[in-house]
Amino acid sequence: MVEEPALTSQLSDSPTFRGESHQGPTVRIATMQQHAPDRGAEDRETVIELRDVSCYYGSFRAVRDVSLTVAKRQITALIGPSGCGKSTLIRTMNRMNDLVPSYRTEGSLLFEGQDLYARSVDPVAVRRRIGMVFQKPNPFPKTVYENVAFGARINGYKANMDELVERSLRRAALWDDVKDKLKQSGMALSGGQQQRLCIARTIAVEPDVILMDEPCSALDPRSTLQIEELMAELKRDYTIVIVTHNMQQAARASDTTIFMTMGEDRAGFVVETGPTIEIFTNPRDRLTEDYVSGRFG
Amino acid sequence: MSAIAPVASPVSRFEPAVMRRKLSGTVFYGACLAAIGLLLLALVALLVDVFVRAAPWLDVDFLTGVPSSRPARAGILPALVGTFEIGVIVGLLTFPIGVAAAIYLAEYASDSRVNRLLQTNISNLAGVPSIIYGILGLALFVRALAFGPTILAAALTLSLLILPVVIIASIEALKAVPQAQREGAYALGASRWQMVSRSILPAAAPGIMTGIILAMARAIGEAAPLILIGAFTFVTFLPNPLEGQYTVLPIQIYGWAQRPQADFQGISAAAIVVILVLMLVLNALALIVRARLSRHIQW
Repeated sequence: MVEEPALTSQLSDSPTFRGESHQGPTVRIATMQQHAPDRGAEDRETVIELRDVSCYYGSFRAVRDVSLTVAKRQITALIGPSGCGKSTLIRTMNRMNDLVPSYRTEGSLLFEGQDLYARSVDPVAVRRRIGMVFQKPNPFPKTVYENVAFGARINGYKANMDELVERSLRRAALWDDVKDKLKQSGMALSGGQQQRLCIARTIAVEPDVILMDEPCSALDPRSTLQIEELMAELKRDYTIVIVTHNMQQAARASDTTIFMTMGEDRAGFVVETGPTIEIFTNPRDRLTEDYVSGRFG
Repeated sequence: MSAIAPVASPVSRFEPAVMRRKLSGTVFYGACLAAIGLLLLALVALLVDVFVRAAPWLDVDFLTGVPSSRPARAGILPALVGTFEIGVIVGLLTFPIGVAAAIYLAEYASDSRVNRLLQTNISNLAGVPSIIYGILGLALFVRALAFGPTILAAALTLSLLILPVVIIASIEALKAVPQAQREGAYALGASRWQMVSRSILPAAAPGIMTGIILAMARAIGEAAPLILIGAFTFVTFLPNPLEGQYTVLPIQIYGWAQRPQADFQGISAAAIVVILVLMLVLNALALIVRARLSRHIQW
């Protein structure tokens, strides 16, 4: 991992993308190892911090007064019933919602201490540092190779592209599946492979944070498990935030869980945040308990 | 006497009438078949008639010769070259302008009332009779800009004629690219132009290219506006795009078809066959380009 790229007001690129020599992340292949949730989340360095964030679509408030922190190299799960604003919230974290014309954010979102919505911050630079994997796999209609190389090319990657593509595909546990199909269309892969391709193309630009918006909801259980194992592997180098409908997934895969629900006004809010084990075994709030025990939602 | 009406057995509540439903399906199928059969019949009759009349006249001399008052010696080279020159200029003009306008409207302009009004009007322009464009071309290019009755003026007029078609087809092709593709590019740190140029345009390219090629076919087949802006029916030299007289295939056909002599009808038919082949080539090109560009695309 490149050591802490200096974060100027412009969210500058890491050295690799300025064409200097670099030491890439160690190549590891995801193994079937058991992932043990980490309980020491509070001591961890904060990467993303939300303070009183409210999200609006026009006059409709979709999310109200959310304050939370995302710890470095941890998996943070956002759970809650449909429509409670989980996706809205995660999409504000890399300014993806800027694409929605009527959308606006109130409050402050800090990424490594810096306000993501400050005037001097370019959303393009934000998204380069905070990548995203979507609900439905969305590979580009290009070859597998070009899918992975895409982000690197647009960000001016100067080092050996073949190496980067192989390294990224290996890290996404996809290399063995596609090493003979690099020139085939990324869209010809299976759903699970497509989603791992999307993860590979995300890590190819070496972001700091990977946001995952229900990455497994379109996948079968086997592919889902592969993605979860991959996440456990990736958290050694990346901070991961995942939105999921699947409580078992949050329980299995995350270190910290944030439970959201919505009020009478349909505005989503955070009910409870804590180590995943606490949230699932010893929730403090009645709403959380009802939800994680399946009485509601 | 019970208050509840006797419940009919579940079967009798339905009236499956399978035979009747099947029959209505068969009737509809027959109607569709009749419609396409009628069209095919008309097309085949037309083609056979044209080919039979054209056959005695079609030879290499016809393609390489110049018009003559004697049908046996007449050729269509000036018209072919005129059509080719116009095609090249129209393509060079409409491709960049049409695609750029479509990219602006589909990817850059906000979805405002003005934008929607603009797009509706462009669609309307695509339906304006071509003779109107001829009048516009005559006033604007031939007279106001003083290009005179030249290939350039004709190409500019035909470009205006097909630009709405190109723009609408391109907008449709761009809009057909799923929003997820835009988000995917943005999520990797693409700027808007990188997103458009490297992700959306390649994905929309098959649709855009098909639209442009079909619009080109329309431009090449037009006669009405060119009559108005001064194409000639009798040109015995190869046209210079910037000055002097010119003719194109549809005008040449029109000129010959007007003549009372049977032999001129014959060479007119021969010229029709040539333009039909040209159209066929363009349409085939559209299919090939589409297949090649879309080999990775499957939403």
